Amino acid sequence: MKALDRKLLRDLWHLRGQGLAIAAVIMGGVATLVMSLSTYDSLAGTRDRFYAEYRFADVFASLKRAPEPVAARLAAIPGVERLETRVKAGVKLEVEGFSDPVTGQLLSLPDVGEAWLNRLHFKRGRSVVPWSTDEVVLSDTFADAHGFQPGDRLAAIINGKRKQLTVVGVAVSPEYVYQIAPGAMFPDFKRYGVLWMGRSALAAAYDMDGAFNQVSLTLARGARAEDVIDRVDAILAAYGGTGAYGRKNQFSNRFLTEELKQLQTMATVFPAIFLGVAAFLLNVVLSRLIALQREQIAILKAFGYRYAAIGAHYVKLVLLMAVFGVAAGLALGAWFGQGLSQVYTETTFRFPYLDYQLRPGVALVAFVVAAVAAVSGTLFSVIRAVRLPPAEGMRAETPAVYRVALFERIGLQRWLAAPTRMILRHLERRPLKSLLTVLGIACACGLMMVGNYQKGAIDFMVDVQFRQAAREDLALAFIEPTSGRALHELAALPGVDRVEGYRDVAAILRFGQYRHRGAIFGIQPEGQLHRSLDRSLRPVAVPPGGVVLTDHLATNILRVKPGDLLTVEVLEGSRPVRQVPVLGITKQYLGVSAYMQQDSLNALMREGDTVSGAYLAVQPGAESTLYAQLNARPRVLGMVANASAIQSFYATIGEFILFYTLVATVLAGAIGFGVVYNSARISLSERGRELASLRVLGFTRGEIAYILLGELALLTLAAIPVGILVGVGLVGILVVAFQSELYRLPLILTPENYAMGASVVLVSAVLSGLLLWHRLGRLDLVAVLKTRE
Amino acid sequence: MSSPSANAVFVARGLTKVYRMGEVEVQALRGIDLVLKRGELVVLLGPSGSGKSTLLNILGGLDTPSGGEVYYLDHKLTGASETELTRFRREHVGFVFQFYNLIPSLTARENVAAVTEISASPMRPEDALALVGLGNRLDHFPAQLSGGEQQRVAIARAVAKNPAVLLCDEPTGARDSTTGVVVLEVLEKVNRELGTLTVLITHNAGIADMADRVIRLSDGRIVDIHASAVKKPAHALSW
Repeated sequence: MKALDRKLLRDLWHLRGQGLAIAAVIMGGVATLVMSLSTYDSLAGTRDRFYAEYRFADVFASLKRAPEPVAARLAAIPGVERLETRVKAGVKLEVEGFSDPVTGQLLSLPDVGEAWLNRLHFKRGRSVVPWSTDEVVLSDTFADAHGFQPGDRLAAIINGKRKQLTVVGVAVSPEYVYQIAPGAMFPDFKRYGVLWMGRSALAAAYDMDGAFNQVSLTLARGARAEDVIDRVDAILAAYGGTGAYGRKNQFSNRFLTEELKQLQTMATVFPAIFLGVAAFLLNVVLSRLIALQREQIAILKAFGYRYAAIGAHYVKLVLLMAVFGVAAGLALGAWFGQGLSQVYTETTFRFPYLDYQLRPGVALVAFVVAAVAAVSGTLFSVIRAVRLPPAEGMRAETPAVYRVALFERIGLQRWLAAPTRMILRHLERRPLKSLLTVLGIACACGLMMVGNYQKGAIDFMVDVQFRQAAREDLALAFIEPTSGRALHELAALPGVDRVEGYRDVAAILRFGQYRHRGAIFGIQPEGQLHRSLDRSLRPVAVPPGGVVLTDHLATNILRVKPGDLLTVEVLEGSRPVRQVPVLGITKQYLGVSAYMQQDSLNALMREGDTVSGAYLAVQPGAESTLYAQLNARPRVLGMVANASAIQSFYATIGEFILFYTLVATVLAGAIGFGVVYNSARISLSERGRELASLRVLGFTRGEIAYILLGELALLTLAAIPVGILVGVGLVGILVVAFQSELYRLPLILTPENYAMGASVVLVSAVLSGLLLWHRLGRLDLVAVLKTRE
Repeated sequence: MSSPSANAVFVARGLTKVYRMGEVEVQALRGIDLVLKRGELVVLLGPSGSGKSTLLNILGGLDTPSGGEVYYLDHKLTGASETELTRFRREHVGFVFQFYNLIPSLTARENVAAVTEISASPMRPEDALALVGLGNRLDHFPAQLSGGEQQRVAIARAVAKNPAVLLCDEPTGARDSTTGVVVLEVLEKVNRELGTLTVLITHNAGIADMADRVIRLSDGRIVDIHASAVKKPAHALSW
């Protein structure tokens, strides 16, 4: 080993404290990058494999009822590769020992043999036997939520008739990776399930013998989905088709795609922030570190080492620290990534397996970014040090030039003792350095705020959605549109305080080239339970004769403003196409909606007082009797109880939040400590002689600690308000980056966020302070008398 | 405490000091007996490695001996705690360093004030600086002063607390002869006017002529104590 390399290793050992702190910062940045990218890759890869292996269809269509021979006409459409028909029906379920309303989706399986498309992956048990009448396969989410095992029984209200079913298998399907009840805001595995049973049994119950109401197909190579969809729609229009749609609009896939898009955004935004901060810190810390090596560099030059050799020496030094950080970051990121993927597959996405993958490219990107940050931070200082003539480098540095601080120039010096003046002048002497340190610490504070932001934001979103907009205790749907008179019957049920009917109509909204496939909700203008909110979140009545759109739908999807005329293509009944004026914008964080007055929507549909369902306010304590009463009514199909929905949502999301908070705390903590400790250590190196001299002159350890730690405290305190600004800015970026149809994050920061941000800084400062206090006790007083700088 | 001399400031008996440097033991002091009296100007002379710095550090409370005893007046320094030694330095000892060790962020006046702020009955910083001939450079920062001027600020800083003893480690070491003489003149003046026991370390025999007593050290032992009959004034020195 060459002498210079030996020096390298010794220097590295000597600088191990700072080296570790720098590595910790790099680790934070790399870990976020690796976690986000590997999770994205894993989920996307798993999805692709699952879709391919289990033959997820390309196009789907629902209709009222068509005789089986129609299938042959559909299959004959050019571009269709394979086509399969099914019977599909909504169902109410009764789970023993669970009184809340439970709804389900029943899908048919071929009576003989396996389905060709949208095949099931069995986690337990088996598929139904041919021609079985009471066997059923459950989706794994629902089965797991209630602990169903093959052999267990459950009751279903199928078309008004109660039927005992036997569970024979538990499965996952590419169609239901993301399971959410139609119209619900988030998954609720306890109260919504997907069930598969034999076709003939299901057809018999729903009068679908020799007929179908759902079709899935795959496209031949090179076929355009749009062309096929148009042809399918043309054929199915006569059979009550509600519009075919491609994978893009398939419910589960759409959510999965949105969620993956968000993950991809996260994989860009978060690591960019973290690595940016890490690079910046490295730059600050390393340039100061190298500046302290001035004399050594001069000596090496005096020996005759070339510039390049000396430069390479220091680059190697920082690269070794970076490599250490990258390695730790890769390990931590892979661990976090596996954890995050696991959390995703346990709480949100149901895959039969998870292919966790960490592409070598990701590791390479991490290393390159960290290396560039580290080397650029070093080179500048090394070049500056190398340029000095050796003699000058070895000569004692002339006393640093100081001047009277601003504080004193404005007449405050009488109040400041010498140590305080030292602090202020030192900070003011290198304003840029002080500023950079403050910014570095502020970044840690900001990152901590970002990491802890989600919980407050979600609380806020839930509050707006469920305590201001959708305030009903129970939302129920009729099996098909019903006369408004049905509401009187509901109002008369025991325990019902208030009933508000609603009409919802599946529709495509179009404005110019922009379109959105969704529904129009007809609600009551004076509704107390379900309301629309204006921009400042105050309830506003929907005006008659037009539509009010969620801000995101209006601005970002359809690009309309109040006054514009929207084209509405209704997807049910006679499928009318109408022009409807946009009358207003409503604020909504979860999902997107188009609201009209129920009367106006009825008029648009050319129908009388018709409702699709109702919102109910229920007296506390009356729920279970009411549920039983409603279960007994065949026309009442779906029921969503809001309180339990919120609870289940928190149960689901809780794990996520915990995970994110943990990751953010670890990473922001690493960065915070990395910056604060390094600043303090470098300050100590720069001023060690000065402080030791003061010790010799009779200053106590406390008094010199005041000078060193006072500076640290001042920087830390200055960093907190700056950090809060940084945090608000980062959250702002996040809010913009994460806008999607599923949800928009509110720019809400709670006192808790601020406190967490400030505390990461304070804890880092206190820890660094303690370590420094210990070091101050070991200052070599005697050496100070003898040595120059 | 038995007092060999009523005027004794420091009494050292049988001082030894062993440094352990890795696996090597270095015998820095091998039994020093010494009495330093009020108002004396003492020069410790010897080549490097002779133990003079170690002796000075022990007297100044910066280091502790391995064996023997040191008394400052009636305080026993040997065995004193770190806190007690800090207080001893703070109240009674003025240090002048070879490389001045001024605080670069403080002006001349403030460098002195930094010490007077923590002492019981100090001079005014302005008076201390006037004493060393820098009454007109009070508000200059170290970077604005020459080397000789910086050393005089360091002396003003050392004497401003009215210490009982002034310990100077090679105060002229970094100077040329002319500047060095100015520094020595200031030390001589302080010793004369304030009656402060002044102990000066040097390896430069030329400086010895200004001392009341010259103590020669070699290899950790006192080899000679020489009391000058006639002191040369500092301005008459040259090397």
